[in-house]
Amino acid sequence: MRHLLRTPAGIAGTLLVALMVILAIAGPLIWGAEAERIDSAAILQGASAAHPLGTDNLGRDILARVLVGGRLSLGLALIATLIGAVAGVLLGALPSVLPRRAARLVTGTVNALVAFPGLLLAMFTAVIAGLGARGAVLGIGAALAPGFARLTQTLAASVAGADYVSVARMLGVSRWRVLTRHVLPNIAEPLILNLTQALGGALIALAGMSFLGLGVQPPSFDWGRLLFDGFGRIYATPAVALGPAAAIALAGIGFNLLGDVLARAASRRATPPGEAAGRPVPEVGELGEPDQDAVLEVRDLTVAFPGGVTPVRGLSLTVAPGEIVGLVGESGSGKSLTASAIGGLVPYPGEVSARRLRLCGADLDELPEQERRKLLGTSLAMVFQDPMASLNPALRIGGQLAEVATVHQGASRTEAFARAVDRLEHVRIPEPAARARQHPHELSGGMRQRAVIAMGLMGEPRLIIADEPTTALDVTVQREILRLLREVTDETGAATLFISHDIAVIGELCHRVVVMYAGRVVEELPVEGLASDAAHPYTRALVASLPDMETDRSRPLASIPGRQPSPAEVPDGCAFADRCELASAKCAELPPLIPYRAGHRVACWEAK
Amino acid sequence: MIIKNLTVRFGSFTAVDDVTLEIPDGAIVGLVGESGSGKSTLARAVSGLVPYTGAVEGVDPGRVQMVFQDPLTSLDPRMTVGASVAEGLRLPRAARQAEVERLLTLVSLPVSLAGRYPRELSGGQRQRVAIARALGARPALLIADEITSALDVSVQGAVLNLIRSLREEIGLSMLFISHNLAVVRYVSDVVAVMHRGRLVEAGPAEEVVKAPADAYTRSLLDAVPRLARS
Ligand SMILES: Nc1ncnc2c1ncn2[C@@H]1O[C@H](COP(=O)(O)OP(=O)(O)O)[C@@H](O)[C@H]1O
Ligand code: SF4
Ligand SMILES: [Mg+2]
Repeated sequence: MRHLLRTPAGIAGTLLVALMVILAIAGPLIWGAEAERIDSAAILQGASAAHPLGTDNLGRDILARVLVGGRLSLGLALIATLIGAVAGVLLGALPSVLPRRAARLVTGTVNALVAFPGLLLAMFTAVIAGLGARGAVLGIGAALAPGFARLTQTLAASVAGADYVSVARMLGVSRWRVLTRHVLPNIAEPLILNLTQALGGALIALAGMSFLGLGVQPPSFDWGRLLFDGFGRIYATPAVALGPAAAIALAGIGFNLLGDVLARAASRRATPPGEAAGRPVPEVGELGEPDQDAVLEVRDLTVAFPGGVTPVRGLSLTVAPGEIVGLVGESGSGKSLTASAIGGLVPYPGEVSARRLRLCGADLDELPEQERRKLLGTSLAMVFQDPMASLNPALRIGGQLAEVATVHQGASRTEAFARAVDRLEHVRIPEPAARARQHPHELSGGMRQRAVIAMGLMGEPRLIIADEPTTALDVTVQREILRLLREVTDETGAATLFISHDIAVIGELCHRVVVMYAGRVVEELPVEGLASDAAHPYTRALVASLPDMETDRSRPLASIPGRQPSPAEVPDGCAFADRCELASAKCAELPPLIPYRAGHRVACWEAK
Repeated sequence: MIIKNLTVRFGSFTAVDDVTLEIPDGAIVGLVGESGSGKSTLARAVSGLVPYTGAVEGVDPGRVQMVFQDPLTSLDPRMTVGASVAEGLRLPRAARQAEVERLLTLVSLPVSLAGRYPRELSGGQRQRVAIARALGARPALLIADEITSALDVSVQGAVLNLIRSLREEIGLSMLFISHNLAVVRYVSDVVAVMHRGRLVEAGPAEEVVKAPADAYTRSLLDAVPRLARS
């Protein structure tokens, strides 16, 4: 509900639809008598103070008739939509329970009907069913059914491919039960959304039928009929036609807007709504002087979303030139959002705040927009898990790389292309000149990831942020990409922030490890200490629970009970407390991240 | 049971190419290989979800159950844990609740979770629910397809421990599929390696890991990331 009232379109749609519903209920009660009152003294008048929309051939007030006619228009539209929806859903769902032959027949029929023009289908049905409201409603229903059938089929097919339907089939659950228990409930929401939009369409189509004389017949009247009656006089007294036309348009727009907004809200609902209001993250410690040598210096970075969702909470991080820093933590700990915040890529409506955010010695918050973009464009290279997120599938690899140089460095097109080929060669893509002329889909996953790294090397990056760059790759390819990242860092002297949930990968590649939990850094240590010197109970448990090629197979693996709190319900104290064996009353207070040994910091009351 | 000369073709593409593999009673056979090597297709064929040529002998196709990688998509989001677990039970209504409770206990979940929905559970808990549901059908063979890949390391251990305890306590035969060699080595008695649809090596777990016979197995072993432990 809150989503509805957040955008102008949502407010307008909700208001219009509410108005229509009220009109349909109250209109005939209030203006019913007025709409039927015949006044032979006031026949066929134009707009006047007494009759704002004029009168008809019996002297009846047209405004009152528009206000009353809404009930029939809306009611018939509702019935037509329901007929279309029920018939469509049945047709769409049947193939999944019928034997194969019959299923194919139904699918074929639906496909043929979808290709048939809707208006013709409506008129055809209406003519067969007889002139009048009933025929029109059946006609519109028939015209809507194929669309609903197709939608049901598509949605049902996606659910039918879901693992839980495979499981049900393996368990021997009957097809009918799979349909009613698994498929229909899971496609109900998009169907209902479609219903709202179809209602707007049905309303306009019914008005059209009445306007053509195929729909509602006198003495009944709906908006379409009123438009039909007034249309002949549109040049003499325009108000008599414009009134019903406006009513039809407003209702149609209202339902479409509402349907749109509902659909958008539903697709956004993937992220869980938070209950509590956003809690301010306490600021700890002196800010101190900026570190002049650091490539990246982040102090007290917070990323918050509306509804009290704060996935990153006061995170601080420093990366020196030539250093590979690993950021590790389980999914949802805020690693990716940290990367996005540094690159200025946090999606709306996320809010980023930091006491300090410096890249290559410049305060990102203080730079003018254009310079900031230039700095990020040339000094920061980002590599994501899915290389296709960085590559445009429609463009050739070489052109995409070259674009970086033409936009940020003002290179000519031939220069830029030559540099692109050079960079592709640098990341050891075989036959770089030929590859540069290919599209991303012609490359394997590993090659694409190399191309993205090459793209980052088009400028002179001082910092490479790689967010799970090897998670989707096979171990053998993963090893090559890790080796490439290490070489690139050594050669260019750039720093790398390497993000992964896999502590073994971090252990192989990085110099220093930063462990995140529920949006905060809980430990920071040199990689050599990871296996045996970790001081935070979470880090220790992570290391202990990782099976490797030497793990004793006769003993159970370590594991941590419970789960990481979601970003809307992180407690004030230590977020790890309810999974921690060492937790005590003191842990209700947030442990600060403090020096533990040389180059080693920990946020835990028990680390001494 | 034994899989004999099993081949799966999708059009002209051969996803599984003449695979023969024995799964001894009460043993866990681990299957490794890179993505696209045909592991999941083999699993789906053995479960009867895709057509194949060749034979699966020694097990009734109705008594194979499968657990999938992502427990969130393998549980119906609109069904409670209890309803999901009860789905495969062939029992009179009255006996069902007791059986659901027994199954939840078997996978070390509190009985009170029966009334909850999948989204209210952690990844590890969801995966146990999926395992409990599969066990409810009293399978002769359980196929676990990348069941820990979507889980965090901190909960992966508990699921792997559960898999091993199920073999010890109820003597379940299992085909355990993973791209992670360290995980496969930890749970399996036999390790089988697939590459481009073919089975390139199969043998006792420690032997395959210590003395791989096939070049591809060796390259897989070399690529496993290792944490330097002192
Ligand atoms: N656009 C968004 N709106 C609301 N919450 C979000 C959004 N993006 C991410 N989150 C939440 O922030 C948390 C951290 O996300 P992320 O940085 O992707 O974690 P990680 O990379 O460590 O897995 C998650 O719980 C996620 O649900
Ligand atoms: S602060 Fe307390 S709860 Fe948190 S990790 Fe340390 S001992 Fe455990
Ligand atoms: Mg991430």
